[in-house]
Order: sequence, then C-alpha cells, then structure tokens
Amino acid sequence: MSEPPSEYHVSTAAKPHFNRAHALHLLRQMLRIRSFEERCAELYTEEKIRGFLHLYSGEEAIAVGVMQALKPEDAVVATYREHGHALARGIAMDTLMAEMYGKREGVSRGRGGSMHVFDAERRFYGGNAIVGGGMPLAVGLALADKMQGHARVTACFFGEGAAAEGAFHESLNLAELWQLPVLFVCENNLYAMGTALARSESETDISRKAACYRIPAMALDGMDVIAIEAAAHAAVAEIRAGGGPRFLECRSYRFRAHSMFDAQLYRDKAEVEAWKKKCPLLRFRHWLEEAGILSMDETGRIEAEIDAELDAAIAFAEAGTWEPVADLARDVYTEDR
Amino acid sequence: MSTETIRTTYREAVRAAICDALDRDRRVFLMGEDVGRYGGCYAVSKGLYDQYGPERIRDTPLSECGFTGAGIGAAMGGMRPIVEIMTVNFSLLALDQIVNNAATIRHMSGGQFHVPLVIRMASGAGKQLAAQHSHSLEGWYGHVPGIKVIAPATLEDARGMLWSALEDPDPVILFEHVMLYNREGELTADAGPVPITGAAVRRAGTDLSLITYGGCLFKTLDAAEELAADGIAAEVIDLRCLRPLDDATVMASVRKSHRAVIIDEGWCTGSLAGEVSARIMEQAFWELDAPVGRVCSAEVPIPYPKHLEDEALPQVRDIVAAARAALGR
Ligand SMILES: Cc1ncc(C[n+]2csc(CCOP(=O)(O)OP(=O)(O)O)c2C)c(N)n1
Repeated sequence: MSEPPSEYHVSTAAKPHFNRAHALHLLRQMLRIRSFEERCAELYTEEKIRGFLHLYSGEEAIAVGVMQALKPEDAVVATYREHGHALARGIAMDTLMAEMYGKREGVSRGRGGSMHVFDAERRFYGGNAIVGGGMPLAVGLALADKMQGHARVTACFFGEGAAAEGAFHESLNLAELWQLPVLFVCENNLYAMGTALARSESETDISRKAACYRIPAMALDGMDVIAIEAAAHAAVAEIRAGGGPRFLECRSYRFRAHSMFDAQLYRDKAEVEAWKKKCPLLRFRHWLEEAGILSMDETGRIEAEIDAELDAAIAFAEAGTWEPVADLARDVYTEDR
Repeated sequence: MSTETIRTTYREAVRAAICDALDRDRRVFLMGEDVGRYGGCYAVSKGLYDQYGPERIRDTPLSECGFTGAGIGAAMGGMRPIVEIMTVNFSLLALDQIVNNAATIRHMSGGQFHVPLVIRMASGAGKQLAAQHSHSLEGWYGHVPGIKVIAPATLEDARGMLWSALEDPDPVILFEHVMLYNREGELTADAGPVPITGAAVRRAGTDLSLITYGGCLFKTLDAAEELAADGIAAEVIDLRCLRPLDDATVMASVRKSHRAVIIDEGWCTGSLAGEVSARIMEQAFWELDAPVGRVCSAEVPIPYPKHLEDEALPQVRDIVAAARAALGR
C-alpha cells in the first residue's frame, strides 16, 4: 500500500504575494474543478457524456498551483485528464461542458470530447490521449518560442505512467540539450490505470529521471496548492530568465477510478480513504478557516456560486446544437485557401 | 465433433483461446499493459493472472516500443509470446519494432532467424472514443510483407485462430474489433483451431458479393438480410486473413455473382478495400457486370459525437445503397 506523505502542513514560506483575495481565488479554482468533475461523473451515468471520461478529483492542487505562475502568452499541453487544467487556465465552464456533450458550442467544436480540449485563445494545446504524446509537442512549442525570441514558457502536464515511454526520455533530453523554456509537470498519482508505480518503474523517484538529463527537478507534495504554486513561480522565473527547462514532480492521488470503466481492484479502499484525508481542498480550506482567512459562511457562498455556474454550464451544453453531418469533413485540411 | 454448444461472448472466446495456448505450450506467455492484475483494458485476460501467475501473464509498463520489441526478441530466443497492445492506436508507438524488425528479420538474415510472435490488438471505432482511439489500421499492417494479418470476427474464429497464429513460424498480427467483444452466441463446446489461411463464405448468394472483415462483418450480414427481403441474394465473404489475402475465394464468388462491393472500416484512400478491388480487376475483370463498389470510413479523423461518428463509419444503409448501385436497382 502506498502511504500518503505523513506531513502535510500548508507551506506559505516561499509564496511572495499571499493575501486573502488570492487564497480565495485558489480555493475557488480547486472547488470549481472538483464540482465540475463530480457533476461530469453524474452526467456520464445519465449518458450525456460518452466515450472515455477521466476525472481529476484529488489532483486539483497541481493544475491550480502551476497555472498561477503562467501568463496569458504562455502555453499549456495536457493529457486526457485535462478538465482541471482547462478550467484553471481560464476556459469557460460552459464551453468546456458543451465539449463534454459533443456539442458544436464546445471549446473544440464538440469534435474532441472529454479527452481533447483545445483552445487557441488561451494557448491550450490539448487534450492528448496518447500517453506521453504531448511531451514532444511541448518541446516544439518551446523551440518555436526560443527561435522567435519570445520569452514564453510552455507548461507540459503528464502522468507518471508517461515516464516509461520513449517520448518522455526523448523530450527531456531535447529540452535540456537545446535549453528550451519548458516546465515539465509530472502528476504522479501512483497508478497508471491499474499499474502501481513500483510495478512499472525500476527507479520510482521520477524527479531523479529528470535529473539524469541534467534538468533541475524537484519532488513536491502534490496535495499542497501553496507549495506547488511557490515551486512553479520559482521554476517559471528561472525558465523565463533563459535557464532552460525545469521539472516538477507533484506527488498526488486520484480519488476516482482511472476512467468510468474501472472497478479499481488494483488498490484497496483503505488506501483510497487514507489519501482522501489528504484532500487538497479540505486541507486548504481547513487551514484558511483556522487562520481566520475564511469563514464557513464564505465557503458556503463560494460553493453556491460554483453550483450556479455549473447549472448554467449544463444548461448551456443542453441547449447547444449538434454539428450538421454535412460538416463531417470540415477541418480535415485548411479551408478558404 | 460434438454438436453440444455453449453460450459465450467474443471476449470469452479470446480468453479461452489464450488459456488453451498457455495450457498446450509452456513457451507461450501473454505480455502487455494491464493484462495481469487489471485483467486487460477490455477485460480479455481477466482472471488469468491468478490462474497462471505473473511470469506468464506479464504486466508491462507503458512502453509499447519496448515490450513489443522484447516480444520479438523473446520469440527469436525460443519463446512463443502473445503481445497484447491495448489498441491499434498505441501500436503506432511500436511500429518501428513491428515493421523494421518483426517483418524483416527472416529475410534480412537469409532465413537464419524467424519471429514466431503473435501481437493482439483491439481496433476500430464505435464507442465515441474520438480521433486518437478509433483507428482501423488493418490495411496498413496488411501492406507489409513479412507479417501476417488476421481479423477474427466470429466466435469460432476468435476461439480458433490464435492457436494457428502461434503455430505459425512467422509474426502474426491479430485484430479484435472493439465492437465485437460483447457479442454473444453459441459456440461448439469442443471448438478448436481454425486455420489462418483462407476467407470464409458467411452467407451464400448469387446476385452480388459483399466482401468484408472484422467489425463490418455483422453490419454486412444485416445488409444482406435487408437485401434478401427485396429478393436480392447477396453472398457475404469474411476475408478474416488480410495478409495473405485469399484471392481464390473472392474470385470464385465474383465469377458467380459478377458484382462486388467491399466493406472496410479503414479510410477509403489506400485501403485494403482498394487492394481487394484491384485484385478483382486483375483476376476477374471480364466477369464483372458493374464497377466494384467500396464502402469505407469517411476521410476524417473519427469525431467524438455519436451522430458524426456514425456518419463517418460504414453503416448498414450505406452497404445496402452500394449493393443496389452495383445492381442498378
Ligand atoms: C501510448 C498509450 N498507451 C496506452 C494508453 C492507454 N492508457 C490511457 S491512460 C493510461 C494510464 C496512464 O497513466 P499516467 O500516465 O500515470 O496518467 P494518469 O492516467 O494516472 O493521469 C493508459 C495505460 C494510451 N492512452 N496511450
């Protein structure tokens, strides 16, 4: 059984601009993701959402923490477990929900669904459902920035399962060799589908793999949004200053099944429950309440606002339209040439 | 042969075939992502880990290129691996090993080495899994000399072709269409090996030949049924061995019916359907009373919404329409 980190205080030490408004912003972002995911699970059983659905519950602190360090001109590359990243990056909940439904009003025009969220305006480059498949893309985006003299950063999210793929190793090597502005963020939730980390890696310390490529790397408590934000700020500042890639391994846990087709026989309930006690939301919220930053009433108000936002998003998706079949072959190649 | 039958599914038939192979030959082992403790992403190998243990039901990391290549090496080294790749999309990460090693080693080594390996993988669309999880690349693999390609569609073939593939001294790629796993039916209790050399006539008819394989077989049989209601007797041929192709069965049918439509879930351009069509032109051109028709997937990465996915894939109505066009009625 994998033990969650035993120490889990919230660290504010390295956080420069920690204030009440920002704390509430972080909490709200994490709550939005959790609520969105839990509602998606319901919509899946109602068959409103189909295909594969991978939920991010438990891992919210990572996307929310890292996004705080990015500017609008930076880029994001994510995986099929990317609803949280999309929301934290600022993609509206309604267009994201419409995408879950496959409606034309969806952020990817309904073509991609849950696993393929794309948004050019926010430089959100997917939504990649091939494990490790996004990593070379991130390297290339960063290469383009470097060659064009843009001081931009590409944040690349992936699971620890990707560390077994060749694409992971090739990408890390290229990024360091060419000193590219990539922030690699490994979301280590200990399982790749049903395979526990220790059963798939000879070296289970993922951050050490990055270090082998001479990329400065750090392992973090992935349930601590403040720690992640602080580490991301520091890493992004170094990248922007021309220091080449950085690597953050965020040790976390997914509270739900891998996808909606997973009976979770590979891990025991006690382990899941132990990790749920480390819930990044609960923990941050308790800390805010104890520190007198947040009252129970305020939490309730935030939750009510999020519920309303979600209801509106679902209404938007429900009211959305199906793309006409006559448009099937649209966007296979560039049009209007 | 007994006539006693059991009710089973395609998934269970594949599992029974794997068990049979493991029981018959100590050199056989199954290897792939989540095949062991998890029981396989499509639950094909469920229970086998407990039954056969971690050596023979071997979980691998997410390393398609690595473990497929290791399967090739193990086959050369005296084992009889069954490599499972979750889906054909992920086999693209192993394409180098399959095309540059498995397919070439016998020839390149002047016949000194050979690769008795079976690679199983799921393929096809229909579950709204969108553009990176819905490919039908059987035709691509069928392009490559040095490997054999099979696509069992019926319970008998799911149960019987694996053993023949394992007995084959050369690498065999076995495709299991995702929409077939839950199909239920009767299988004779003592169903045994099925050769991997020829096509099968699934329905006899004289008016036209509907030629297909894999996930399209049952759609084609449904179309034939619909045509029969209109007095059109379609013959349905299940290619099932995609490389090498069984030209004789196809041509015999075409010589009888004088009309052919090929149904293939691959994209039309450069498809297996194109290959079969060309062979008909080469070998039975003067027998034809109408151009050979093709029903393939639309030339688009498969979209997520159901109505667009349906539109992109060959459907019964498309097959019926193509058959009518070939008959001019
Ligand atoms: C190349 C490839 N192989 C296999 C899969 C099937 N698959 C999808 S997600 C997954 C597990 C990935 O685990 P990890 O990278 O740790 O990310 P997590 O799902 O835990 O977020 C697998 C095996 C895939 N999508 N792509």
